[in-house]
Amino acid sequence: MKQFLGFIKKEFYHIFRDPRTLLVLFGIPVAQLLIFGYVVTTEVKNISVAILDRSKDDVTREITQKIIESDYFTLTQNLQSDTQIEEVFKTGNIKEVIVFEPNFAQKLGRDGTAQIQLIADASDANTANLIVNYTSAIISDYVQKQNKLQLMPMQIKPEVRMVFNESLQSVYMFVPGTMALILMLVSAMMTSISIAREKELGTMEILLVSPLKPAQIIIGKVIPYVALAFINAVTIIVLGNLIFGMPVNGSLTLLLAESLLFISLALSLGILISTIAKTQQVAMFISLFALMLPTIMLSGFIFPIENMPVVLQMISHIMPPKYFIIIIKNIMIKGTGFGFVWKETLVLIAMMMVFILLSVKKFKIRLQ
Amino acid sequence: MRTIGIIIRKEFIQIFRDKTMLPIIIVMPFVQLLVLVFAATFEMKQINMVIVDQDQSASSRRLISKFEGSPFFTIDGSTFSDEQANDELLAGRSDIILKIPNGFEKNLVSGEVSDVQLLVNAINATVAGLTNAYSNYVIADFNKQMISENVNIIQPVKLKSVDVTYSYWYNPELNYKIYMLPGILVILITIIGAFLAALNIVREKEMGTIEQINVTPVQKFQFITGKLVPFWIIAMFELGFGLTLGKIIFDIPIVGNLGVLFGFAGVYLLVALGLGLLVSTMASTQQQVMFIIFFFLLTFIMMSGIFTPVESMPDWAQKVNIINPFAYFMRVIRMVLLKGSGFRDISREFFSLLIYAAIILSLAVWRYRKTA
Amino acid sequence: MTNKPIIKVENLVKKFGNFVANDHLNFEVYEGEIFGFLGANGAGKTTAIRILCGLSTPTSGNLNVAGFDIYKQTELIKRNIGYMSQKFSLYENLTLKENIRFYAGIYGLSSKEINKRMDNLLETLKIGDLRDKLIGSLPLGWKQKLAFSVAIFHRPRIVFLDEPTGGVDPITRRQFWDLIYQAANDGITIFVTTHYMDEAEYCDRVSIMVDGRIEALDTPAGLKKTYKVSNMDEVFLKLARAS
Repeated sequence: MKQFLGFIKKEFYHIFRDPRTLLVLFGIPVAQLLIFGYVVTTEVKNISVAILDRSKDDVTREITQKIIESDYFTLTQNLQSDTQIEEVFKTGNIKEVIVFEPNFAQKLGRDGTAQIQLIADASDANTANLIVNYTSAIISDYVQKQNKLQLMPMQIKPEVRMVFNESLQSVYMFVPGTMALILMLVSAMMTSISIAREKELGTMEILLVSPLKPAQIIIGKVIPYVALAFINAVTIIVLGNLIFGMPVNGSLTLLLAESLLFISLALSLGILISTIAKTQQVAMFISLFALMLPTIMLSGFIFPIENMPVVLQMISHIMPPKYFIIIIKNIMIKGTGFGFVWKETLVLIAMMMVFILLSVKKFKIRLQ
Repeated sequence: MRTIGIIIRKEFIQIFRDKTMLPIIIVMPFVQLLVLVFAATFEMKQINMVIVDQDQSASSRRLISKFEGSPFFTIDGSTFSDEQANDELLAGRSDIILKIPNGFEKNLVSGEVSDVQLLVNAINATVAGLTNAYSNYVIADFNKQMISENVNIIQPVKLKSVDVTYSYWYNPELNYKIYMLPGILVILITIIGAFLAALNIVREKEMGTIEQINVTPVQKFQFITGKLVPFWIIAMFELGFGLTLGKIIFDIPIVGNLGVLFGFAGVYLLVALGLGLLVSTMASTQQQVMFIIFFFLLTFIMMSGIFTPVESMPDWAQKVNIINPFAYFMRVIRMVLLKGSGFRDISREFFSLLIYAAIILSLAVWRYRKTA
Repeated sequence: MTNKPIIKVENLVKKFGNFVANDHLNFEVYEGEIFGFLGANGAGKTTAIRILCGLSTPTSGNLNVAGFDIYKQTELIKRNIGYMSQKFSLYENLTLKENIRFYAGIYGLSSKEINKRMDNLLETLKIGDLRDKLIGSLPLGWKQKLAFSVAIFHRPRIVFLDEPTGGVDPITRRQFWDLIYQAANDGITIFVTTHYMDEAEYCDRVSIMVDGRIEALDTPAGLKKTYKVSNMDEVFLKLARAS
C-alpha cells in the first residue's frame, strides 16, 4: 500500500512538474467554454448582405431600413446590376443579395403585390436557409404592419411556448456538450498517451517487475487524471453558471456523481486504447480520431441526432457522450432526478464494464 | 539538395515501415470523412409531436391530420392529460406538444379566432426555432384552406402582399454535405500533417537519435526542410484522395480551378506543418507536443468557421482568426470548390498565408538548436 | 602516434546555474592516440564530450578541435568528427543498410562510395546477412558495434565515444575494443569515456575526472607508478578518496 501511494505521488509529480502541460490541461475547458459561448453560436448575427434596388423608392428604402436595423444583417454593398451578384459572392463576404423589382412601390399600391427576390449564397446550406427565413420574416412583418393587423375570422392563432429555454439561448446546448467533449478527451487521451509512453520508453517493464500489481500500476496512472478531469468538470459547471447563467436545477451531488462516472468511463476507454497502442503516436491518433470529431458530431452536441441517417443514429447509440449529455441536460436544465436518468446511467456503467473487461483481457494476453 | 533528399527518403522509409501508423494515417481519415459528413445537418426530418386534443372534433382531427401529412412531423402519441404530455417533453421523448383546447371547433365555426398551444422543447435553440417555423407553416396552410372554403361567409379584404421568391445559388438543393465535406477534409489533413510533423522531431529527441544528427554538418534549414516535405506530400495526397472520394460518393461540385486549390493548399500546409515543427523544436517530450498541439487544434478548429459562419463571430474572435490558418483554408476551399472563385478572389488570403508560412518556417529553423 | 595535438582544451568551464560541471579543464589530445576520459558517473565526462562535439556551448575557455575554434567553426569541426552517444543512436526501425546510407549521405558521401565502404565493412565484420535486418531486431552487442562503425563510416579525424560499452558483456566489450584499435590503426584519434577501469588499460593516455576537475593525466603505466599501485582501479580509488 505504501509503495502504491508512492507510485501515485510520482504520477502526480510527473504531470504537475511541467507547467506547459498543466496550463493546457486547465486552459482547455476555459478556452473551449468561451469559444462555444461567444464564438461558435449557431445564432446568425451581422451577416453581410447586398441590395440590388431596381426601384429606389420610399417603400424599398423602408424595407431595406427594416432589414439592416435588425441584428441579423449588415448592409455591405449596394449593387447596380445583375452581373455584380456573382462577383460579390465569389469574393466571399456577402451571403445574400436582396433584389427589389422595378417600380416596387407603384406595383404594391396599384396591384397590391410586388416582388422581392432573395438570392442566397447557399454553399453553406444551413446558414443560407436561416438567412432566407429571417429575411422573409422581416419582410412579412413589415407587410403585416402595413395591413394594420386586420384580424381574419375562422383562423387559428397558435400560442407558442418555448419550454425549458424561453429566450432560446444556446448555452443549454454548449455547456453540456463542452463538458462531455473535454472530459472525454482529457481523460481518454491523456491516460492512453501516458500509459503508452511508459511502454515506448521501456519503463513499463520496470514497473511490471516491481512488487506492484498490474492493476495497481494502471490505477495509479489513472488517479491523477481522475482528479484533473474532475477539476475540469467543476470548472465548467462553475464558469457555465457564472458567465453564461447555466443553471443547475437538479441535484448537484447527482451531477458530480454522474460526471465522475463519465470520467471513469473515459479513463477505462483510455486504458483500452493504450493496450492496443504500442507508441504514444498511435495512442494519440486513435484517441483523436475515435473521440474528437465523433464526440463533437455524433453525440447530439451540435447536430441533432434525430436528423441523421439511420445508420448514424445507430452509431450514435454506442457513443458514450450522447448518454452523458442527456443525463446532464436533464439534471441541469430540467431539474429531473435520478428517476429520469437511471437508464442512461446504467448504459454508461455497462459500457465502462465492457471497456475494463476488454482491457484486462488484452493485458493478460500480452503478459503471457 | 542531396542532403535534403536523403532526409526525406529516410522519413518515407520510416513512415511506410510502421504498420500500425499506416492504416491510421491512410484509412481512418477517410472512414471519418464518409461517416461524419452525413451527421452534419440541421435539416429537420423527424419532429416528434405529442397531441393533447381536448376538443375531439372534426376540426381538431383535421388540424392533426395536417400535421401528420407534413413530412417534418411524426405524431408519436396523444393523450388527454397535460401532465402526461409534459412528462414526454421532460423525458426528451418528444420535441413539441400540440394542445387543442376544449371549444376549439366551436370558436372556429362561430367565426372567431381560435387558439391552440404549441409547447416546444427549446433546449436546442436552433432546432426549436425551426420546429416552430415548420409548425407555423402547417397552421398557416390550415388557415388558408379555411378561407378558401369559406369565401362566401368571410368578406374578402384586399390586402397588400409582397411576393418573396428565393433562389439558392451554388447549391439549389441546400445540400449541406457539400459544404461540410471540404471543411472536415481540411481538419483531417491538418491533424495528420501537423501532428506527424510535430511528433517527428521530438520523437528523435526522446529516442536520442537527434544527437547523432546534430554532430553531423547538416544545416538547420536542410533538416527542417527534410522533415517538412514528407508530411507535406502525404497531406497533399490525402487532400487529393479525399476530394476524389467526395466527388464519387457525394458528388461535391468542383466548380473552381483545382490548380488554384492545390496551390493554396500547398501554402496552407507549409503554415500548418511549420507550426507543428516549431512546437516540436521547443518541446522535449512527445506528451508535451501532443497536449500543446491538441489545445491549439481544438481552439482553431472551432473558431475556423467549420460549423458556423465566421461573420457571426464577435470582433475579437475574427481578430484571433488572423493567426488561425484553418480559418483561411476553410474559407478558400469552399469558395473555390463550390463557387468557383478564382485566384484573384482569394489572392488576399493566399499572400497572407505565404507571409505567415515564411515567418513560421524561419522561426522553426531559428528555434531548432543543434547546440543545447 | 605523434605529439601533434588535435584537441586543445584550455580552462574549459561549464556551469549549469550554480552547478559547475566542468571546472577549468586543461588537456591536449594527440593525433592518432586513444585518449581515455575516466571518471565516476556524474563527474562531468558527458558534459565535456558534448562540448567537444559541438552539442553544447562552454561557459568559458579556449577550445580547439581538429584545428578549428569551437565557438566560431562548429560546423567545420562537425565535418571532421564522429560521435557515438551514451544513448543508443541508430534508428531501430531502419535496416543497417538504410542507417548507413542515411548517416553517410548526410556527410556528403556519394552513393558509389557508400556502397563500396559498406561492402568493405560487412566483409570485415563478416555480417553480410545483417545488411537488411532492422536494427531493432539485433542484440545490444551488435547494435553497439554497428553504431561505432557508423560513427566512423565517413572516416572522421576524431571519434568521440561516450560510454560505448555500457551494458554489454565482457566478450563483446573485448570485441568492441578490437574495433577501436583497428580504427586507431587507420589513423583515427579516439576520445573515449568510460567508468570501467579495466578499459583504461587499453588507452594510450588517460585522464581521470573527479567532481568536474581533472585530477590526473598520464599513461596508464605512468599513473600506476605515480600512485604506487598495481592496477587502474586502485589509482581511481585513491583519487576519489583524496577529494
